[in-house]
Amino acid sequence: MEILRFFTAGNVDDGKSTLIGRLLYDSKSVSTDILETLTRQSKTTGEDTEIDLALLTDGLRAEREQGITIDVAYKYFTTEKRKFIIADTPGHVQYTRNMFTGASNTELAIILVDARHGITEQTRRHSIISSIVGLPHILVCINKMDLVDYKEDVYNQIIEEYKHFSKKLGFNKVSFIPTSAFTGENVVNKSTKMTWYQGPTLFEFLETVEIEKGQDSTDARFQVQYVVRPQTDDLHDYRGYAGSILSGTFKKGDKIHIYPADLTTSISKIEKFEKEVNEAHSGEPVIIHLEDEIDISRGTIFVPVQNQIQSENTVEAVVCWMDNKSFQPGQKLLLQQNSFRTKAVIKAIDSKINIHNYQDEESDGSLHLNDFCKVTIKTAEPLTFDNYKSNRKTGSFILINENTNNTVAAGVIE
Amino acid sequence: MDYLDQLEAEAIYILREVAGQFERPALLFSGGKDSICLVHLALKAFRPGKFPFPLVHVDTGHNFPEAIEYRDNLAEKLGEKLIVRYVADTIQEKNLQDGKGKFPSRNALQTYTLLDVINEFEFDACIGGARRDEEKARAKERIFSVRDEFGQWDPKKQRPELWNIYNGKIDKGENVRVFPISNWTELDVWNYIKRENIELPSIYFTHERECIKTEHGQWMNVNEFVQLEPTDKIEKVRVRYRTVGDMTCTAAVESEANSVDDIINELKETRISERGATRMDDRISEAAMEDRKKGGYF
Repeated sequence: MEILRFFTAGNVDDGKSTLIGRLLYDSKSVSTDILETLTRQSKTTGEDTEIDLALLTDGLRAEREQGITIDVAYKYFTTEKRKFIIADTPGHVQYTRNMFTGASNTELAIILVDARHGITEQTRRHSIISSIVGLPHILVCINKMDLVDYKEDVYNQIIEEYKHFSKKLGFNKVSFIPTSAFTGENVVNKSTKMTWYQGPTLFEFLETVEIEKGQDSTDARFQVQYVVRPQTDDLHDYRGYAGSILSGTFKKGDKIHIYPADLTTSISKIEKFEKEVNEAHSGEPVIIHLEDEIDISRGTIFVPVQNQIQSENTVEAVVCWMDNKSFQPGQKLLLQQNSFRTKAVIKAIDSKINIHNYQDEESDGSLHLNDFCKVTIKTAEPLTFDNYKSNRKTGSFILINENTNNTVAAGVIE
Repeated sequence: MDYLDQLEAEAIYILREVAGQFERPALLFSGGKDSICLVHLALKAFRPGKFPFPLVHVDTGHNFPEAIEYRDNLAEKLGEKLIVRYVADTIQEKNLQDGKGKFPSRNALQTYTLLDVINEFEFDACIGGARRDEEKARAKERIFSVRDEFGQWDPKKQRPELWNIYNGKIDKGENVRVFPISNWTELDVWNYIKRENIELPSIYFTHERECIKTEHGQWMNVNEFVQLEPTDKIEKVRVRYRTVGDMTCTAAVESEANSVDDIINELKETRISERGATRMDDRISEAAMEDRKKGGYF
């Protein structure tokens, strides 16, 4: 069995939460006691449907009161074929940061389009953000088909329009499904009203779609999280570097380069759960031992010597600003890339990306909430990185305000 | 990688981030299946080294004896440090009102003890076994959940959590609650227990127990804390526990499940959620958990 992580984006009124609710409800992933509670709640919110499926995902009291999704909610369901992790993210422009957050951990985006309105400003924005996050595959659900009398030409017209618009966004694949979350057409059950549509239902699509992990390179990368030193009598000299293989494969005996220390050694032993293994692959948590005694701390990156990686004090990146307070270049920050942390400063804002048309614009000199900007960052210690397009693990980082400790931005290295 | 390998790898990554980012972390251990899985994951993350944190248990005094026995045996077998603090002591020290009523709950009271033990040892991170599938408020909580010096969770001030980059930076006095198995469901936990052959307290499996039926149709076991009423009918029922909380607020489910395989089959059939089947404390209101978390609860 595999895990598919996807996120959903759409307008406030596109019926996104209803779609997920429908998916959970019709696939029988909702428990009877939760349904009971929902039925009670639906009555108090005055919805005229028997049960308001959107209430399945709106978890916080404030959200239920306002009838909108504010924060990212994670939902789970499992079929015989797959485990699904859904990041349900808010669609409104003021929650762009939440959407970016939800998208960062997923492999597939589901973008909802209201069949009555077609491609809107929101659709463009959600698609552009999905492109910046580096999602390889987009599914466009053309929803509320019941409100356009299930007409095929409405569906086809929206497809044409979307294909034209998304050409420049660089997705590997874009798929389309006509749905009605409200009536359940093509969500789990095949529509009887849209017999002109021969493709899979949303549920079938999710169970069978190929899981693409983005452009993750096969180049081997490992980062130290923690140094294991038992310091007991029988393990007196034991010194192992615990971490996960970020990408590619490492083998016992590999000659490796250590960054940012700029030293070369080789792997003497790889352990996984106290057993020695000859090789370890992307995603596996291991403990690596080195031939030479080198002073290595948390955040250090191992790379095979024949492989190239950049290690520099200056990087160019696209950042999504997530803090409520605006920010001027020059102020000090912390940059965190997985387990590596260093002081950093934004030297310059090179341009601002208009997330409605993907054009570069001139910045007003500050970073504001939900802005996407191209920036130049200088770090105190050298940052060891790949560009995000070739490796999501080594090409992403967050910025932390040293004063408030808050995560104020997410960055992808150009 | 198989899906359980992926979930395992994610949890180990998070545990190692805690070890790398904090000075004085702790693992909150209850003797329930979720925290038992956490201990198992910690073994995989840190052996042959010692755990970089003690196990901490807030003992309400209403725990099942089987869970307490399991806890003590496990700590001894692993040679890891176990810290136990008692809600009864907190009640005495702070002159608090003990739980009242037919099923006197110390659920709210254990938050005091938890906050006290965090202060006593200056823990800056507390690892817990909460899962997002358990409850709606939990579905929105971060994996690294920052609490202020009063232990309070503010859902509106949560830090964005991107990729697998965890920001555990805090000021003195604050702490972070860390949930490594956030993305696991109840069924995932059992599939993992099966695959890893993890030993559990006996009350997870079928046994005969003296119970009374509550007004909601739940089976509550008869014990020294429950105030029986003349109308209560004590029955011997074949039950097991789906979750291990306090004896006063955890209901048993009728079951003949004798093995982990039986339990997995039972869960695939059941249409009632874990908390719905077993917890009396969430019935109070739809936002019961949200409110408790804001008050410093897990």
